[in-house]
Amino acid sequence: MGAGIVVAGASMGGLRAAEQLRAAGWTGRITVVGDEPHMPYNRPPLSKEVLAGRAPFASLAFTPKASAADVEWRLGARIVASRLAERNVSLDDGSVLPYDGLVVATGMRPRRLGCPGPLTGRHTVRTIDDAQGLRDELTRPGARVVVVGAGFIGCEVAATAVALGVAEVTVVDPLPLPMVGPLGELLGRALLKRHEERGVRFALGTGVAGFAGEDRVTGVVLSDGTVLEADVVVESVGSVANTEWLDGNGLDLSDGVLTDGLLRVGGRPEVVAVGDVARFPNARYDGVPRRVEHWSIPADTAKHAARTLVGTEQAPFAPLPTFWSDQHEFRLQSFGAPALGKDDVRILSGDPEGDVLVGYHTGGRLVGVVALGGHAAATGAARYRAQLLKQPALTA
Amino acid sequence: MKVVVDMNKCQDHGQCVFAAPDVFSMDEDGRLLYVPDPDDALRDEVEEAADLCPLQAIRIED
Ligand SMILES: Cc1cc2nc3c(=O)[nH]c(=O)nc-3n(C[C@H](O)[C@H](O)[C@H](O)COP(=O)(O)OP(=O)(O)OC[C@H]3O[C@@H](n4cnc5c(N)ncnc54)[C@H](O)[C@@H]3O)c2cc1C
Ligand code: SF4
Repeated sequence: MGAGIVVAGASMGGLRAAEQLRAAGWTGRITVVGDEPHMPYNRPPLSKEVLAGRAPFASLAFTPKASAADVEWRLGARIVASRLAERNVSLDDGSVLPYDGLVVATGMRPRRLGCPGPLTGRHTVRTIDDAQGLRDELTRPGARVVVVGAGFIGCEVAATAVALGVAEVTVVDPLPLPMVGPLGELLGRALLKRHEERGVRFALGTGVAGFAGEDRVTGVVLSDGTVLEADVVVESVGSVANTEWLDGNGLDLSDGVLTDGLLRVGGRPEVVAVGDVARFPNARYDGVPRRVEHWSIPADTAKHAARTLVGTEQAPFAPLPTFWSDQHEFRLQSFGAPALGKDDVRILSGDPEGDVLVGYHTGGRLVGVVALGGHAAATGAARYRAQLLKQPALTA
Repeated sequence: MKVVVDMNKCQDHGQCVFAAPDVFSMDEDGRLLYVPDPDDALRDEVEEAADLCPLQAIRIED
């Protein structure tokens, strides 16, 4: 048997890649290397059910398909370097793993704030250990919480903290509205109102200058000098791609790993990228390569990348991005690419006070829909999904 | 083929309905309905649905 295929990263992207390689007909060896000690598990519940104490770890684990039963898992092992020209990677235990094919699935890690102050009491949420550690602190009586970053994860954590009974939860962001980057002003305003009504406080339009405290954080110093007292700080200020191990191969690693429309890396037919870390052009839109940190992407990219690796001919990658976010008792459900149509936002049905369905357009054409509210709103969005799927490419 | 959805986990995302409309559907209130013993010919669809379920609530028991 040859060296086989090495999958770098043992999370959803890595698992789906292994399964899809089998589905695409690859019968050779598959080795998945991951630095977390766990088998792949589902991350979205970390900021929701796990933090709320409603989902034990066992409920998060993915169940690998029977076809992937003979995959070798090297867990707790970190890839530290790679030589694509020689087709091998090096692990932190000093071993070198040769490959015939390589899947890059190393995902992202939370960005940290570089400003001065103590580290203890400051949290991020990416792994199960992160979520459990944060939960322990949130459930201490009287904890005051500051969340830095009003994106999806920050807003989910703030909502969960309020539901846990935390009396003081404040979200800080330099932008004027929550989630305004991906969703635009209309929904940003609607979300702000809903969060405020449920007890979340906001300090918007201001950055963080530093953290107060000696050994442990006691407050967050805002850019204008105000100090928000805090026992627990959550930093949800975006993510950084885990691509250092690919340095030195002449690749474009400026934001994740750049791929072509077949998800190949560096023009090499034997190297592909999947999941959060892949910066791919989407033939459905303008063809500009972007990373997409949605849960639907690991499965979509894995299917396409596996076929590329085994050499099955196929069309360029053109997924319909899909994501959801649960905050308090309402859900956001998105189909398509709302961020591309933020300058022409129209209410398709409902109103921002209740269930609302919002359409995002570019050049007069619908490119994304987002529902906010209960089941009715999400069902409405699903109806537009078929329309989005049928549209020709934006460039066509 | 036997399909089981853990209704304690399911949060009515409806992703399964897109993947396997012959097996999964939503009622008027947006609650999940499904066929527990679909034809084996639908296996690919159902596997796709199981992959796409955000709560990983769908189990296929041969
Ligand atoms: C808290 C949270 C909530 C989320 N909620 C939602 C949601 O509600 N809706 C939604 O659509 N999406 C959500 N997402 C996004 C979704 O979970 C991600 O898009 C998905 O997890 C990406 O999977 P991945 O396999 O590409 O990357 P990851 O899950 O990041 O996996 C990469 C793996 O590779 C490992 N690794 C990294 N470097 C190395 C190395 N050098 N050697 C070995 N292993 C390495 C990492 O430790 C990790 O295990 C959420 C994400 C988080 C963190
Ligand atoms: S995709 Fe999963 S959570 Fe959604 S309706 Fe189907 S089974 Fe339920």
